Amino acid sequence: MTDLVTATEAALEGELPGARGELSHGVLNALRAPAGAPLPDPGSAERADPLGDDLQLALYVSYELHYRGFAEVDPAWEWDPALLAVRAAMERRFLHALRDRTAGHPDVHDALDELLVEPVDGTGVSYFLRDEGQLWHLREYAAMRSLYHLKEADPHAWVIPRLHGRAKAAFVAVEFDEFGGGRAERVHARLFADLMADLGLDPSYGRYLDAAPAEMLSNVNLMSLLGLHRAHRGALVGHFATVEVTSSPGSRRLAEAMRRTGAGPAAEHFYAEHVTADAVHEQIVRRDVIGGLLADEPSLASDVAFGIAATTCLEDRLGDRLMAAWQDGSTSLRAPL
Amino acid sequence: MLVEGPVEVVLDDGTIVRSDRFTVALCTCRRSRTYPWCDTSHRRRGRR
Repeated sequence: MTDLVTATEAALEGELPGARGELSHGVLNALRAPAGAPLPDPGSAERADPLGDDLQLALYVSYELHYRGFAEVDPAWEWDPALLAVRAAMERRFLHALRDRTAGHPDVHDALDELLVEPVDGTGVSYFLRDEGQLWHLREYAAMRSLYHLKEADPHAWVIPRLHGRAKAAFVAVEFDEFGGGRAERVHARLFADLMADLGLDPSYGRYLDAAPAEMLSNVNLMSLLGLHRAHRGALVGHFATVEVTSSPGSRRLAEAMRRTGAGPAAEHFYAEHVTADAVHEQIVRRDVIGGLLADEPSLASDVAFGIAATTCLEDRLGDRLMAAWQDGSTSLRAPL
Repeated sequence: MLVEGPVEVVLDDGTIVRSDRFTVALCTCRRSRTYPWCDTSHRRRGRR
């Protein structure tokens, strides 16, 4: 039986981050006390910028309680009614901002068609990294993305009980691949930890939370928001499809960047694996997950399209942040590595 | 083209490549740089 116990217990939880304003300060302070301690008034969410650091960090922290949580934070906070009330106020602001920014988005068929066109002369982060990225850019990129990739595919797992039949079977098949097809060493989160080690980064869970700007937090918060609410199951599927459809060509460019800079075999492998894996996933997601969901619930078509538009909007925002910093020769993180 | 995995593919030069993914996307356009596996190189190119 001793082989069931690992010799060294790696920390599963992250550390609480530093506050970025009044709202996150209030939430973080409360979390250091047992569940039930006084929280900021939900009205304070009304005063914060919906896509800014303060609200996005407070939201990120309240969602993280549903994943691995934080070291020395009372697990009962996860379902604390007062925290859920503050969270709901933040979610309303966040969703409202996303609806504003994606108003007039195309319908689901046009949105998918758009995603499936490869630009002739593409610009953006993956092109920059492929053509002129240096090791420090790749390290910043990986530190930033680690907020998601160290829990890759976890936010999406919440939608499983809300899908049925064809959509569910196909969705779970893709998730099974994301989770390594039954092999711990192939879990995508593990492959990303190996990439981080190649790049000389610390793969501890949550290590780069303090370094990540609002543009990255909002990306992960979108997945958590859509995953945790059954009402947003259509948008979650749209989000998932966007990630899978755009991943293959982007991953090819990132694999080339890793190879050119000599980042290391695991760093290259993470993206090379995503080139072929996601070429499969995108077809299954479009045909069976979206197709199956909309056959069951045709009224969710506009939610799926919103999920695609919101994901694209936040990804573009993150890309703008990265490129603006790098073209200036400065760090894209809140503090350099 | 999607086929159920695992699969073994015999290439023109006789070498055998294997994928144990649950479903495998095989390249049928010959443009893939990860041939015989699809890498989405078949996609239409244009302006978004």
